[in-house]
Amino acid sequence: MSPRATLSAVLPLIAVLVLTGCGERYDPEAEAAAQQISPESCVDTEGDTVKVGLLNSLSGTMAVSETTVNRSLNMAIDEINADGGVLGKQIEPVTEDGASEPTIFAERASKLIRQDCVAATFGGWTSASRKAMLPVFEAQNSLLFYPVQYEGLEASPNIFYTGATTNQQIIPALDWMREQGHKKIFLVGSDYVFPRTANRIINAYAEAHDMEVVGEEYVPLGSTEFSTIVNKAMASDADAVFNTLNGDSNVAFFRQYNAVGLDAQSLPVMSVSIAEEEVPGIGVDNLEGQYVAWDYYQTVDSPDNQEFVTNFKDRYGQDQVTSDPMEAAYTSVYLWKDMVEEAGSFDVAAVQEAADTGGSEFDAPEGQVSVDGENQHISKTPRIGRIREDGLIDTVWQAPEPVAPDPFLDTYSWAGSINGA
Amino acid sequence: MEILISQLFAGLSLGSVLLLAAVGLSLTFGQMGVINMAHGEFIMAGAYTAFTVQQILGSAGWSLLASIPVAFLVGGALGLILEIALLRHMYHRPLDTLLVTFGVSLILQQLARDIFGAPSVDVRLPELLSGPVTIMGTPVPAARVFILVLTVLVVAGLSLVMNKSSLGRRTRAVVQSRDLAEASGISSRRTDALTFFVGSGLAGVAGVAITLIGSTSPTLGTTYIVDAFLVVVAGGIGQIRGAVIAAAGLGLLQVFFEFGTTASIAKVIVLVIVVAFLQIRPQGIVATRTRGLA
Repeated sequence: MSPRATLSAVLPLIAVLVLTGCGERYDPEAEAAAQQISPESCVDTEGDTVKVGLLNSLSGTMAVSETTVNRSLNMAIDEINADGGVLGKQIEPVTEDGASEPTIFAERASKLIRQDCVAATFGGWTSASRKAMLPVFEAQNSLLFYPVQYEGLEASPNIFYTGATTNQQIIPALDWMREQGHKKIFLVGSDYVFPRTANRIINAYAEAHDMEVVGEEYVPLGSTEFSTIVNKAMASDADAVFNTLNGDSNVAFFRQYNAVGLDAQSLPVMSVSIAEEEVPGIGVDNLEGQYVAWDYYQTVDSPDNQEFVTNFKDRYGQDQVTSDPMEAAYTSVYLWKDMVEEAGSFDVAAVQEAADTGGSEFDAPEGQVSVDGENQHISKTPRIGRIREDGLIDTVWQAPEPVAPDPFLDTYSWAGSINGA
Repeated sequence: MEILISQLFAGLSLGSVLLLAAVGLSLTFGQMGVINMAHGEFIMAGAYTAFTVQQILGSAGWSLLASIPVAFLVGGALGLILEIALLRHMYHRPLDTLLVTFGVSLILQQLARDIFGAPSVDVRLPELLSGPVTIMGTPVPAARVFILVLTVLVVAGLSLVMNKSSLGRRTRAVVQSRDLAEASGISSRRTDALTFFVGSGLAGVAGVAITLIGSTSPTLGTTYIVDAFLVVVAGGIGQIRGAVIAAAGLGLLQVFFEFGTTASIAKVIVLVIVVAFLQIRPQGIVATRTRGLA
């Protein structure tokens, strides 16, 4: 065979091999339909213990982030157990690996509910994993506590969202940028649901607030070529960049950014997917002085947070950092405990009712949080942070009080085009 | 005007990265006809070599210079092991080679994950390369100028070796007619091993260069493998000259279309152009004349 003939024979095969390595298809409705069994709960509350599921990616690309969430969940459980447990019962965690694949998340969630009979499940990270698990939790009528900031526009009665929704992260970030006098914004993001939705919100916000979006660019997940995008940003006369890039693309983006002489002074970047944990991988040299938006930083100055950080470091090593999703996961276990005790039962309907009547609160490391019974999100305190030399993040602005969650942006008159109202 | 120069530079720079990633492949795939899916992982190994050397030496500048030859040896050694242990036994079975080397690439990725961890690691840039330099009044990234220069040196060195050295002559003889070369007393087995060593070593060097612009993670190689094959195929298999033209062309097309559209659309347009081009000229930009390989 000549090399040419060989090539034409194998090129499609190469394509298949490369593509199957990085994609998966998943049909949540088919999954839900396949599981049309009675939502009869098999949770055993007779003994001295109660089982909960911990479902995080302990392998695959998301493992780096989700392993730390798993750790803070375990820490919260051990603390609660040492303090007498929930309704007098010790919590017994059952750990499953979501393996960074939405389909596996759905399958393991089903296993946790039906086979292990857990009273509640904590975990998930990517929106794809949450969307895959949602029909499972609804069909089986069980509870999921999801700890990561996300794009909003969702409120399942079976999911408690303890990370920020858009009005607790993106909108405060825009308010702050506007206050700083930034009027022309350049948007750059990875091409998937969170950046697309976030940028729709930013466009609607800009239109209503006399700001201008001077560029909107997406790159495929994992892309490392940013020469043109950075050139476009420079040529656009933007006065700030809003960055929704995910993962490794941030490294290439910030390197290119600094390499053409841009920095936090000349053209500041606001990032919403870079927390303490991601900073070392991106390189603090590339990020120093840039801005991020979250609801929690390791440096938050409160006794509750000092205790949280100290305990975490004592448990997992002094070089560990704490970040927003870890804190939201830790908080979610305490909120579940609070709701169960208020309900006096592990029963799903009883817990949901306890949430509806409100009053479930917790003095979290980020400050006081409370569950909103309307949409199962929690009120949180938005904070704008600035990355400092040692990779930790200083708060440069924080909301005066916790902000009530509004996942559908119903209270924002300019958001009609987003929530369809 | 300024934007034109910076885009022109961005295109050439992207082309030089593509060329550096592809030049080793143009040897192993182009000259030897081996479809080595693990080529991307040799690039990744080069990147982690740069990281390791930096951890040992400390200084970002010296470690960058030192890691270029070390990465060449690391990539070359990996390639040599692969050639001796597996590929040697299946030179006449290209499809098997494809699957085997794909398996090897997965093994190498997992190995990197086990040794260095799944999160990407940070290879610091030397002070000198972290900022911009000014060319014709336009700031361009110093790191990319460095890569451009490195690529020119590597390609010039490789053409010298292929055209002037006895290894080059033997390689070309084996490519043009394996049987006749063997009949003339050339050990095609040794030549294959050496060629594979050099081709894989160049992948290692590409890895060092890539640490300057992107992140260093276990899956780094997968980003570049398809583009590298594209350059080799569009350029004309077995032709370094063709690979140079193809890489520069692809780089320039990508950045100029991207400026007018978006990154994803530009990629689509470029791929369509390459497919159309190969329909008209299946042998690539520069045609190879051989007596049939393998």
